Amino acid sequence: MLAYALKRTGLAVLITAVALILLISTIQIIPGDPAAVLLGPLASPSMRETFRVEMGLDQPTVVQIARFFGRVVTGDLGTDVLTRRPVLTTVAEQLPFTLSLIAMGIVWSAAIGIPLGCYAAIHRGSVLDRLAGLLSVSVIAVPSFVIAIYSLLIFSVGLGWFPTIGAGERGRLGDQLYHLILPSLAVGLGWVGYLARIVRASMLEVLGENHIRMARAFGLSEATITYKYALKIAVIPTVVVLGIGIGNMISSAVFAEIVFARPGVGKLIYDSVITRNYPVVMGAVVLTTAFYVACTLTADLIAAWLDPRVRSNL
Amino acid sequence: MSDRISDIAPAAQQRRSALIDGFWRVVRQPMGSLGLALVLVVIFGALFADVLSAYNPIKLAVRERFLPAGFEHLLGTDQLGRDLFSRVLHGARIALWVALVATSIGLAGGLVLGMAAGYGPRWLDSLLILFLDALRSFPTVMLALALVTLVGASLGAVVLVVVLATLPSYARVVRAQTMSLKDAEFVLSARSVGAPVSRILIKHILPNIIGPLLILVSMDIPVVITIEAGMSFLGLGVRPPTPSWGSILNDGFAFIRESPWPAIAGGLPIIVATLGFTFLGETLRDEFDPKLRREP
Amino acid sequence: MKHDSSSPVLEIRDLTVEFRTSRGGLKALRHVNLDVPRGEIMGIVGESGCGKSTLISAILGLLATNGAVTSGEIRFDGEDIVTMSAERLRALRGDRLSVVFQDPMTALNPVLTIGTQMTAIQYRTGRSGAEKERRAVDMLARVNIPDPASRLAQYPHQFSGGMRQRICIAMALIAEPDLLIADEPTTALDATLEVQVINLLKELQAEFGCSILFISHHLGVVAELCDRVAVMYAGEVVERGDVRDIFHHASHPYAMKLLQCDPGRIGTATRRLPTIPGDLPDLVDLPQGCIFRGRCDRAIARCVAEPPPEHRVGKAHWAACHVAEEAGP
Repeated sequence: MLAYALKRTGLAVLITAVALILLISTIQIIPGDPAAVLLGPLASPSMRETFRVEMGLDQPTVVQIARFFGRVVTGDLGTDVLTRRPVLTTVAEQLPFTLSLIAMGIVWSAAIGIPLGCYAAIHRGSVLDRLAGLLSVSVIAVPSFVIAIYSLLIFSVGLGWFPTIGAGERGRLGDQLYHLILPSLAVGLGWVGYLARIVRASMLEVLGENHIRMARAFGLSEATITYKYALKIAVIPTVVVLGIGIGNMISSAVFAEIVFARPGVGKLIYDSVITRNYPVVMGAVVLTTAFYVACTLTADLIAAWLDPRVRSNL
Repeated sequence: MSDRISDIAPAAQQRRSALIDGFWRVVRQPMGSLGLALVLVVIFGALFADVLSAYNPIKLAVRERFLPAGFEHLLGTDQLGRDLFSRVLHGARIALWVALVATSIGLAGGLVLGMAAGYGPRWLDSLLILFLDALRSFPTVMLALALVTLVGASLGAVVLVVVLATLPSYARVVRAQTMSLKDAEFVLSARSVGAPVSRILIKHILPNIIGPLLILVSMDIPVVITIEAGMSFLGLGVRPPTPSWGSILNDGFAFIRESPWPAIAGGLPIIVATLGFTFLGETLRDEFDPKLRREP
Repeated sequence: MKHDSSSPVLEIRDLTVEFRTSRGGLKALRHVNLDVPRGEIMGIVGESGCGKSTLISAILGLLATNGAVTSGEIRFDGEDIVTMSAERLRALRGDRLSVVFQDPMTALNPVLTIGTQMTAIQYRTGRSGAEKERRAVDMLARVNIPDPASRLAQYPHQFSGGMRQRICIAMALIAEPDLLIADEPTTALDATLEVQVINLLKELQAEFGCSILFISHHLGVVAELCDRVAVMYAGEVVERGDVRDIFHHASHPYAMKLLQCDPGRIGTATRRLPTIPGDLPDLVDLPQGCIFRGRCDRAIARCVAEPPPEHRVGKAHWAACHVAEEAGP
């Protein structure tokens, strides 16, 4: 387990590094003065000069990359053009909103998807199984922002059941949760389909294995067999899929924040693109990518830990 | 693996009957025929957009803004009085154009990189895998936002984002297939008679990859449509007044309190297209290659 | 043991099991008659495909969804399993009826500890958690697992194949069943392990006094372990009797051939092992008459026309063969 964990973590770090290199390298591709393009019309000439020197834009690419890494490691992601504050601060302020949105999305998709997949596996071939299958495919297909806008239209504007704007009052958890419901549903619904499918497929595979037959031969109840014996195994690939799904949920979260006018990293980036606040865009992209890699890493490690066969191989 | 010898004489005939047989297999499944029907609706709408709708999609008629759906305007009008049905039909053209172009480029790139990784030396494979994994670690919207910041909003930017987002999955499948075929007997025999690498790749490996790859493509089209619509929604794609489903949806969102119709009009074709292509793709995969149960 | 000790613990009469396949009905078992006497070890021998596994599944009520018992009865201690409710059958399983399966490597759940699995099957006994664990430790010790108390917290993959099979035997005996079904328990083990397992089964049977239904294709083991034997071929019981009757006075041509072909019984060294010519019959499209006649070297006209009923050839010895019947006892 330890060896696996180290190897996997090292790989994650490497991938993140390469991703960042790719990101920086694209600056080289832009024609014209990068500083002017990247900082946009809001930057003053002195800012551009500082930017040029900071980023070492006149230096060879390799040096630029090295300098960038040096700065990232110390937490310096540049300066927000608009507010003149460190980018890290700006992004960090918005992070909790997005994280809560994604977390809630995960809760939704797991709470609906896992039981759905379980049920479909147990009642394989039944009408409900086919229906669940169709539903799963459908929610995977439809983009989350369409779901977001339609739910806004129907439940907020139309029926008035839910608020249309914002994240709720600070300090009032109930209000915040209330504001979270519709957006997190939009974020998590697509993943319900994926989870239901993988749970169903894993369960079907596990339920066909010999040890389940043996458990039945010993007269264990179906409930015990399903939840204690089979689901415990089927959860493992599900966790991995969930980890990968977070990347998709991050994208959905951006849309959800815009549609429901919630604060968050997504809205921040969007606004920053419009105002050509490149350092914020760049910094936020770096952070969310690193976050996503960390999530998949965590999911893989949890999955490995859940399987005793991997866990005990030190 | 197909028996290559049977492909000699009546190859064209075999292909045609395989196609017809394939068609019936898809249509036999309810999800397949539903998907096919929806896809045909979209294609039909795109092809005959000018004929099907009497209105000019970009012509302003401000006095007729926010009309609800009715006989005159099948989906109503938007904030500038433009007929939504016509805009939706023209938006289909953009969606399908992007799907075609971006998928072709992504496919080509995926083939090249995948075959290089699968057939080439280990260090090249490791390097390419690292590159592809790094590409995959960007959430798609982040990729879109970052790239548009650099190159500006345009349809070209959309194509670029789509290519970058879908290329890794193509490359992976190509790589896996290439690797499994690398040591197949017919490849080894070709190598032993000194056939050059390019010939081996094109003549021997490529035909065996095409099948699963096409299925993957059909399953990816909804993703492409989603990316295009999403980017246009965020204003990162087509520039107004060109109608893209995403920009119609954006108008709908902006004026959601004035009239629900722009939002409905924008979302509806996206749902139809994504459901249609997904149903079709899923059926294709279930019928022809269940092993391709792809990770999301 | 709770009932009249003279009646068999398992009585199978005229059991027919059919599977629905795309080609039609596959008759996997036909008119099977079998008795497992109380406190004795009954062996079932036959080559792969003879229906042994289907028989086990039918007894346990674990037939695949496309399979069904179309006629006959399986009486376990007087109660008919075929007509029993699912709940009642589930109550019997793991309590008075237990199994040891063939492949120890896949028989145990990989993500649960041995302790969890061994206590889980005791769920209806009403014992306390600690007591259940104690019983588990006891049984592990009885099957010669060293240091059993600490092993409870370990996972199956941390045990060798032979140890896993012993754990399975321990699990099967924890409930002190009336009938233990052993489905080729030594097939997946090498020869030395096989000997250990067989000796273990003998000891435990003597100690607990349960009946054992022992399925195997290894004739030597059956001869050593079992009191009674049934020989199966292509879904039918072709001969059954005491172990001595079968091994020394086999009456059915298939049984005779089977014994001839057993490498363990061949006295002189030979380059070529004897085989039975021909192939197994198609169980969907059954041939008329005796199921074995296509490969039998003693077939007579009657064998083609009618399938042979069971014919008594000895005190407790039956063979389903026209030739044997006509030859007399």
